[in-house]
Amino acid sequence: MRYVDEFRDPELITKAAEEIRRLADPARHYRIMEVCGGHTHAIYRFGLKDILPENIDLIHGPGCPVCVLPMGRIDDGLSIAKESNRIFAAFGDMMRVPGAHGSPLEHKARGVDVRIVYSPADALQMARKNPDKEVIFFAIGFETTAPSTALTLMAAKAEDIRNFSVFCNHVTIIPAIRAILDSPDMRLDGFIGPGHVSTVIGCRPYEWIAKTEGKPVVTSGFEPLDLLQSIVMLLRQLESGQAKVENQYKRVVPWEGNRAALQAMAETMELRPYFEWRGLGFISQSALRIREKYSHWDAERRYPVPETRVTDPKSAQCGEVLKGVLKPHQCKLFGKECTPEHPIGALMVSAEGSCAAYYNYEHRKSLVTEIASVA
Amino acid sequence: MCLAIPGRVVELAAGQNQVGVVDVAGVRRKVQLGLLADDMPETGDWVLIHVGFAMSKISEAQATEQMHLLSMLGERELAMEEVRGYGQDEHATPTAATVTPAVNSAGISKRATEN
Repeated sequence: MRYVDEFRDPELITKAAEEIRRLADPARHYRIMEVCGGHTHAIYRFGLKDILPENIDLIHGPGCPVCVLPMGRIDDGLSIAKESNRIFAAFGDMMRVPGAHGSPLEHKARGVDVRIVYSPADALQMARKNPDKEVIFFAIGFETTAPSTALTLMAAKAEDIRNFSVFCNHVTIIPAIRAILDSPDMRLDGFIGPGHVSTVIGCRPYEWIAKTEGKPVVTSGFEPLDLLQSIVMLLRQLESGQAKVENQYKRVVPWEGNRAALQAMAETMELRPYFEWRGLGFISQSALRIREKYSHWDAERRYPVPETRVTDPKSAQCGEVLKGVLKPHQCKLFGKECTPEHPIGALMVSAEGSCAAYYNYEHRKSLVTEIASVA
Repeated sequence: MCLAIPGRVVELAAGQNQVGVVDVAGVRRKVQLGLLADDMPETGDWVLIHVGFAMSKISEAQATEQMHLLSMLGERELAMEEVRGYGQDEHATPTAATVTPAVNSAGISKRATEN
């Protein structure tokens, strides 16, 4: 185990690992999905798979917003920003993400005014400082970042800052989980619920997964011990035949969520009838758009949008990986045509995507082993 | 974008805008506090920040844990880069709150090259 000396409580880690081994029925095969990309990253980084018994598989879910964003949305956003008096403002994570006609960074090289912001509030400030330019903020993220976009929209309206708008790509996690559970080849036993998203939405929105689908959910923190404890809690439920929602991350996640954040989202945004998710296809009521009363600050209403559709090659098996049917390396393109340097499928696009995480930690490790054995 | 960054509120701005100055490992930046409207932090309180907005109040011990976690995940530098980038458009007129110079005026970040 690579990072064991850095763990704060090695003894507790060992105890949790022992408890997992005791609880896991050797006759069963467990498939547990961690929904959040941050958890995926932590699981690989800490080598948690090496601690778990072989009959527990962690399936990496759809919770990386950069990965699931359809490529055409990047083209659409950049197409709006191409006009001479406009600024395209986006988080640094987006800069190298390819659209069909190039990434934001490539557009910058071609003369489009593309700028990195670290907060939507700074995109609004950019509009205040540049009254002769129109600033388009490329908003992305789950419920973790949507409330910040919402408050920024409210500030823009309150101050009547007319040269600011949001190209909204916010998505909501629950419909994605529903889509995965609804697919016929789904084989999951339980969920490690997202940490930061749950800070906003609380734990109630997961209750249907336990009640209707009979699958336990445990919202979890990000430390190795948090994740192992969450797996213990899931296994205890599975052992006793229960399915309920539990909160392992109580120190940050309130059961009812963050009311102010939810109110800001409800004030400014509403559900789209449907939205495309890279790797999962169209999912109904799975994304947010800006409400009509904020239409002046909605880039999609203010400017013509080409509605670019880019389909991933059929050979990319992102959907199967997302549903846990295939491991990342079992996809036909993994590590060959599709690598973090040249992503073809959704899950290779960002470091938190499951294929990129697998490639960066497991695949590179196996290559080193191969080279060592040849030498 | 998905980083949760711990910081300590060192100054509260008066008025409706609900902004505070937060210290993250010695770097001080303006952070929006509006998402904590139901339970506003006071000077000295610790918060978790996402994209320039404080999202939760936490304890000092949790803040230390979170910083340690970011280090273990190899994301501490990204987090600090993000914090330094907050309020970059205000750096033309430095205030007491902006003690560190902008590192990203060129607009290209190391973070973007991560993948």
